[in-house]
Amino acid sequence: MNKVMSNKWIIAMYVLPAFLLIAILIFVPLILIGYYGLMDWNGIGPMTFIGLENYINAIQDSSFWQSAYHSFLLALFSTLSLALYLAVSLILASKIKGADLLRKIYLIPMLLSSVAIAQLWIKVYNPSNGMLNTILGWFGVADPPNWLADPSIVLFAIFIPILWQYAGFYILIYYAALKNIPESLIEAARIDGATPLQIALRIKLPLIMGVVKVTIVLAVVGSLKYFDLIYIMTGGGPNGASEVMASYMYTLAFSTNNFGYGSAIGFLLLIITLVVTVIVRKLTANKEEIQY
Amino acid sequence: MKKLKAVTYLTSALAATAIITGCGGGGDEASGDGETKTIDFMHLWPEGSSADHNRIVEDIIAEYEEQNPDVNVELEVLSNEQYKDKLQVLATSGELPDVGMTWPAGFMEPYIDGEMFAPLDDVLDEDGLRDEFVASTVEAYEADGNTYGLPLELNVATVFYNKAIFDEYGLEEPTTYEEMEEVINTLNENDVNPIALGNRDRWTGSLWYMYFADRIGGSDTLTNAIDRSGSFEDPALIEAAAKTQEMVDMGAFSEGFNGLADEEAKSMFMNEQSAMYLIATWDLPNYTTNEDVPQEFRDSVDYFSFPTVDGEGNENSFVGGPGVGLFVSENSDVKEESKDFVKYFTEQWGDTAVQDAGVIPATTVDTEEVDLPDMYNEVLDDLNTAENITLFADVQMSPDVADQHLNAIQSLFGNEITPEEFAELHEQALSEEE
Repeated sequence: MNKVMSNKWIIAMYVLPAFLLIAILIFVPLILIGYYGLMDWNGIGPMTFIGLENYINAIQDSSFWQSAYHSFLLALFSTLSLALYLAVSLILASKIKGADLLRKIYLIPMLLSSVAIAQLWIKVYNPSNGMLNTILGWFGVADPPNWLADPSIVLFAIFIPILWQYAGFYILIYYAALKNIPESLIEAARIDGATPLQIALRIKLPLIMGVVKVTIVLAVVGSLKYFDLIYIMTGGGPNGASEVMASYMYTLAFSTNNFGYGSAIGFLLLIITLVVTVIVRKLTANKEEIQY
Repeated sequence: MKKLKAVTYLTSALAATAIITGCGGGGDEASGDGETKTIDFMHLWPEGSSADHNRIVEDIIAEYEEQNPDVNVELEVLSNEQYKDKLQVLATSGELPDVGMTWPAGFMEPYIDGEMFAPLDDVLDEDGLRDEFVASTVEAYEADGNTYGLPLELNVATVFYNKAIFDEYGLEEPTTYEEMEEVINTLNENDVNPIALGNRDRWTGSLWYMYFADRIGGSDTLTNAIDRSGSFEDPALIEAAAKTQEMVDMGAFSEGFNGLADEEAKSMFMNEQSAMYLIATWDLPNYTTNEDVPQEFRDSVDYFSFPTVDGEGNENSFVGGPGVGLFVSENSDVKEESKDFVKYFTEQWGDTAVQDAGVIPATTVDTEEVDLPDMYNEVLDDLNTAENITLFADVQMSPDVADQHLNAIQSLFGNEITPEEFAELHEQALSEEE
């Protein structure tokens, strides 16, 4: 085996297929998007080179910054909700009855496709026949809000299914990490008289910090480029009140045939996500990794 | 060793598949040469979702091929959204099918700019085909003095209403805005939602605004404002926006309409939760021939033309427009044959389409000669006497302006902006375009 791996050609043969796929499907389009961003192009006809005009327009475009603000808001909420998922996983990982079943229940939303989830929540939020407003009606709320029609609450109304959708994913990750902690450490702590809360916060949490950091990056990046539920449930409306960066990019490129400008926004989205990822990694960086 | 063998088999099987499919592709190419000519035709009526449309297309093609043995029509069928995407991709790589379908005005603008569609005026002027079309349908496919598409469908918006609900509360078809107000108030007093509206899709709300603009300002005011010979600050258009908001304040529309999709609004109407529904005639089958809809409901649906406002407005003026039309690719190597084919297709389409698929064609239909449900005959008669059909505003505008118009509509309905601000938004969007 060692002999095989020392042959450079063999190494190349193993690496090349995956490398080519990634290059063709990801890196080439990335560069092309940046390039299209320099053009005045409707997606069909001839392209005209206009330099950085699209990028300059994007930076001055208040709709873009509004959508960026919404994306960052989503990132903030996703990150905060990680604490909740962590709490749930801590409970599930301790030996309680029915933990197995509960874990599966939490995972269900992740198994549904985004379109199904969107349709489900559209029904839940329906102002006159929806489950939510019907229940509010039982409790005597006379004038329940129009969840997806009111510009001041629509964004938060959509955040809820988004957070719900990914809960199972993060709970699963935390659960697996917690299960990896050697039982002996916990036992030692218990013998030393640590309370369950102390065990959770002082022993378990530091030990899975590496995983927590990864999930923070995942949540932030995932939120910044989030698209599907918003596109299906409101299409960014009413009048841009629930627009995020990715849906704004889509509207520009495909609904208004402004491919050049849409590409520029897409490229900015990439840069913003990259910068934020670097910042998040810096902030969560830790000089020494805890070993066990 | 056994495993290795399996891998070898699998690889060779894959390779073989690739060769076979490769050959298939090659075969298609070859048939284009030689004696018979091949017209590639792409349409958007798959067998699954539009069975009737699909069959009519097949029939027309079969007949055409029989009459022209040297021509062979190759079909490619995609559903609506995939069709739009594929057309755009094909256009980018310069590989449009010889014949395909396009939407009028704003949609086809980039294709015209890119000189992808062939002008069809010679086809229209041959044998007086132009006169077969209902007024202002072909015009929607015009750009820079040429016509680039032959319309197949025509849709006008009318107010459908539930007679059963109207009878229950002793209501009559309103002919004026004041009567409409009374109907709405009566229904609200009885806790029936007057009008189903799904304004998440935004063009649904635009229909209301357009009709008010038409009734208050006459048939040209809005069109002029869009083509910049007029202005959105015209008092009539501001009044139209104000009337729209008046309807909202009256509680005329379904609750939370800005968050509802048109489909949801439609189901409210069809489940008899709402009394009225403004939609285009593409919905006619649901109220006449569609067997999936209960007979009792279909019998109780009727329609009326949008009422006049303050004694003004012409009830024979409609908001509507052609749906899809046929185009011929400018770069087609069988352009003459393709033009002949689209001509034949449009001529054959009309009567069959309305009879078998319930499509109102863009060509005039003689109601004496076809056997149709009553509501169809009424609509067709209305169309034959129509004095004006104003093209849907979002279709008239370029995609960019249309998007801003539709957003402004949502804000107008949501009472977030005043009629004056609504006008200002349009002026701004249109002047940026110039």
